[in-house]
Amino acid sequence: MNYLEHTGKYFMMLKQVFKRPQKWSIFKEMLFREIEDIGINSIGITAFISFFVGGVVVIQMALNLENPFIPRYLIGYATRMSLVLEFSPTLMSIILAGKVGSYITSSIGTMRVTEQIDALEVMGVNSLNYLVLPKIIASVIFYPLVVTLGIFLGIYGGLVAGNITDLIGTPDYITGLRTDLEPFHFTYSMIKTVVFAFVIATIPAYHGYYVKGGSLEVGRASTKAVVWTSVVIIVLNYFLTQMLLS
Amino acid sequence: MIEVKNLYKSFNGVEILKDVSATFENGKTSLIIGQSGSGKTVFLKCLLGLFEPEKGVIAFDGRIHTELEIKKKRKLREEIGMVFQGSALYDSLTVEENVMFPIKMFTNKSAKEMLFRVNEVLERVNLENSNKKLPSELSGGMKKRVAIARAIVMKPRYLFCDEPNSGLDPQTSTVIDNLIREITIENDIITIINSHDMNSVMEIGDKIILLKNGLKAWEGTKDEIFYTDNEAVSSFVYSSNLFKKVKEVYTGNFK
Repeated sequence: MNYLEHTGKYFMMLKQVFKRPQKWSIFKEMLFREIEDIGINSIGITAFISFFVGGVVVIQMALNLENPFIPRYLIGYATRMSLVLEFSPTLMSIILAGKVGSYITSSIGTMRVTEQIDALEVMGVNSLNYLVLPKIIASVIFYPLVVTLGIFLGIYGGLVAGNITDLIGTPDYITGLRTDLEPFHFTYSMIKTVVFAFVIATIPAYHGYYVKGGSLEVGRASTKAVVWTSVVIIVLNYFLTQMLLS
Repeated sequence: MIEVKNLYKSFNGVEILKDVSATFENGKTSLIIGQSGSGKTVFLKCLLGLFEPEKGVIAFDGRIHTELEIKKKRKLREEIGMVFQGSALYDSLTVEENVMFPIKMFTNKSAKEMLFRVNEVLERVNLENSNKKLPSELSGGMKKRVAIARAIVMKPRYLFCDEPNSGLDPQTSTVIDNLIREITIENDIITIINSHDMNSVMEIGDKIILLKNGLKAWEGTKDEIFYTDNEAVSSFVYSSNLFKKVKEVYTGNFK
């Protein structure tokens, strides 16, 4: 099957996904379950990575900006810019594509190969709407919160690393964080996050839903889903940046 | 009554079902038998609406499946119960939640009413104390019984079973067979079973249809199967020595 056919099938899938849920109470139940599975369960890894990356960014900035003509507070400024513009929305999304994407593909794929999706269809349930829509809504609602948390923890990690290594003091760092503060950068970051959250939920769902075969194929589909989700995030990142910032 | 007329289905140019016609009546258990790859599962999936046939008509009590509007098709599907080969229970849900799922999805009953009905069907399949167990904690036979409970919880008019005995020991198979037969008679429903288990054929086969290479090769009852000289029946049913002996005993030719 060529790329064009996959793209067409993906959009046909979305058409089925975005239908009115058959029963709101069941949709709500599924939504809360997905918020827990793909949202709350991602907080730990996001917090851990953000904190340490924030620290590493500060150390590298400090070592590379070792010049008497460059004010120290620029380290804080550069750290904020890196975290808000790129690290938290984009790299965090790629990390989540690996963690959440493989979960989505394998859970839906396993349902496919064990005929659980057929069982839903036979009952008259729109299986795409039932399985995928709560995942999309959960991701789109929850990932901006996860990324915001990542930004704050990254900045805090930078502050801690700066103090421990004595490369930058708290007052300089905070001055840097406040320098040329541009609220649109946060909006840009959130727009990217919402788009990437949609991609993280739908591309792995597509790969899982249309898997054929057995457990081996589910494993292969998970790998493929993570690769394609990451590729699409990187490409969209370029276009969104050009559209929103240039 | 379910009427199937001239059903035809192919995949990528390979003909799977060729002009298959059959009728299935209320209160009777019909078995579709045949070798692996003979088209049994495709036939069943066409009846269920999971595959769209290229030619032919499937009518559920006069309602032609392929011509129904989406709403009516959905309504018809609510009247269908299905027991899948691998049970197809939802892994993340308990036995109670699995059985309750169709009622929760398609009715507006209160939690108390739903639980009452769930307990009623679980009792019917002899699984009274398993409400809170997960599918991973059940044996193969128990999973099949939960699948049957889920299939009948909405009081379907049509019950389909895809190889309900696969992977089960002979004793459990008989329990499942008898359960399906009893449910069919009690509720006067149409039951269609895909199987290549000859024990099931002899136990519960009110009507037997043999598929071979996508064609209906033979149709009859479990009594008629012993007296037919149809070549397809002989090669499929009497490929085992045990059934050769059963035939000899049954027809009085045992030496």
